Amino acid sequence: MTWMAWTLPTAVFFAAIASALLVLIALELKRPTLTSRGWLPMATTRGDRFFISLLGAAFIHLLWLGLTPWSVLYASGLALVWLVVIMAKG
Amino acid sequence: MAQDKAQDNRAWLGVLPVMLIVAFSGVIPLMTVVNYSVQDILDFNTRFFVGFEWYRETLTDPRFIDAFLRQLGFSAAVLAIEIPLGIVIARGMPTQGLRASLLLVLLATPLLIPWNVVGTIWQIYARSDIGLLGVTLNEMGFAFNYTAEPLHAWLTLLAMDIWHWTSLVALLVFAGLTSVPAACYQAAELDGASKWQVFRHVELPRLKGVLVIAVLLRLMDSFMIYTEPFVLTGGGPGNTTTFLSQYLATMAVGQFDLGPAAAFSVIYFLFILLFSWLFYTSVMRSEEDS
Amino acid sequence: MNRRSRLSRWVLAAYCVYLILPLYWLLTLALRSNADIAGVFQLVPSNPTLANFAEILSNPVWYEGFVNSLSYVLLNTLISVFAALPAAYVFSRYRFLGDRQLFFWLLTNRMAPPAVFLLPFFQLYSSIGLFDTPLAVALAHCLFTVPLSVWILEGFMSGVPTEIDDMARIDGHSFWFFFTRIFLPINRGAIGVTVFFCFMFSWVELLLARTLTGSEAKPIVVVMTRTVSASGMDWGVLAAAGIFTVLPGILVVWFVRQHLVKGFALGRV
Repeated sequence: MTWMAWTLPTAVFFAAIASALLVLIALELKRPTLTSRGWLPMATTRGDRFFISLLGAAFIHLLWLGLTPWSVLYASGLALVWLVVIMAKG
Repeated sequence: MAQDKAQDNRAWLGVLPVMLIVAFSGVIPLMTVVNYSVQDILDFNTRFFVGFEWYRETLTDPRFIDAFLRQLGFSAAVLAIEIPLGIVIARGMPTQGLRASLLLVLLATPLLIPWNVVGTIWQIYARSDIGLLGVTLNEMGFAFNYTAEPLHAWLTLLAMDIWHWTSLVALLVFAGLTSVPAACYQAAELDGASKWQVFRHVELPRLKGVLVIAVLLRLMDSFMIYTEPFVLTGGGPGNTTTFLSQYLATMAVGQFDLGPAAAFSVIYFLFILLFSWLFYTSVMRSEEDS
Repeated sequence: MNRRSRLSRWVLAAYCVYLILPLYWLLTLALRSNADIAGVFQLVPSNPTLANFAEILSNPVWYEGFVNSLSYVLLNTLISVFAALPAAYVFSRYRFLGDRQLFFWLLTNRMAPPAVFLLPFFQLYSSIGLFDTPLAVALAHCLFTVPLSVWILEGFMSGVPTEIDDMARIDGHSFWFFFTRIFLPINRGAIGVTVFFCFMFSWVELLLARTLTGSEAKPIVVVMTRTVSASGMDWGVLAAAGIFTVLPGILVVWFVRQHLVKGFALGRV
């Protein structure tokens, strides 16, 4: 496994995504979602919103890194806000 | 996927083999790329965590930005030419008989040629010393030389891509046209509609689904083009035809810069993920409509 | 139906000429010797020769390249179709937890640029000792051929009415009997199209095939990028090799042409 070059931060990152998926699966089994309309231009399920918010968060980071010289932590904060907003209202 | 299907979670057994294969060849490599992208790797025992440094470096690297803009320009040009041309060609296709079959095979042929052979074919076709096109253009008085002139290299690449992929658009549109009921044409004819009006109001609305698919497929495939320019121009003259995949391949296996190449890969993949999501959403929506 | 306007017929005819000319040129170069190609410019070869084709069939570098390519392409096609058949069936017949998400995830792999996976594939296959074997290339190509197969097969299978499944159950057939004796024969056209596309996508790919092989399993597409002999590029032999790689595709497409149109109509190619 040395060739995979694991580090603690990336391991935590993937563990977080994996556990988020597990939570989503558990929620889906307990309370299946129907598609619903929110701010986004189409009807989405909980899983769709999760994907959209993750992808959006990634692009927020990329934009921040490419356009500003400041610490990436601000971008992470912004992404967190985006994540919460989309999950709740999207 | 239709909506009236039985709910059964045992269906997971059926997708298990596919899951395992794609996890092995898709997920493990992707996690590895992310791991590499946050480290400075001298060898696998000597490596340092650098956070988002490689991402910042890649995103502000002028060569990356140039390759990205070239890529966007190329994809835009490809779409702007191939989509309208494909529609016109599809509307000229006969629907029955031996001629239709032969045309179908002829149109499908370029799609089935190995991509490096497409490059080779155009290389020996466009070269100014031995190529039919190159020699003819030079005889006619144009000093055509795609290995030295960036503009000529671009035009040759575009001509090659049109040769290679317009058929895909044409075949998709042709298949879409077969779903237009004959009654619609008769009604339009009774109303005395012109050819343009028939296209605009009868055919185009029914082609929306296949056209979205055609645009997105061409966008994604042209966005990861590698083999044909690699064979035809090698990215030159200079770097003028170096697109994203080629730049990445040079970094990854040419210079073996693990960290920067990995950060590049992740950024590249995120764009593809965005395009795929748009593609999937529109395909599923068009299937639900029909 | 009178939808074929004069303009579009002319464009079609012009495009056909545009398609054929480079192919014609490939054929004429393949029929000429290297000195002839470099010496004079001819529209029609004046003294055609089959020497270039003979060179490919007799030189081990060339025909071993073909054998190597064919072995990983066949392996890849077998793995892809057998893995994709059950998956496509359940996708077309059942709703299950995460089905749409899974389907999307498969699709992203079809769309992913091979260049992105270059680094980890090289490390992965080196570390498990598969580097420079046909199996490594076959497995690497599964990244896009497996999702492609599921995608194509699911499109075709969704069009098969579910009444057939119910009827087989009422007649008392086992699921295995139904699947292999009734369902698969109905879908043989779809399987043909799938095999064809797996074959082609694996056959045409260069980047991964080049990176994952050394001298032992070098595929034909790599041999073709290195045809520089002592006297410069060997154009005639290169063109002949090109002809050899184009022919199988043309033959196969003739047999599956009707199914191909349906595949395109489903938007699943």
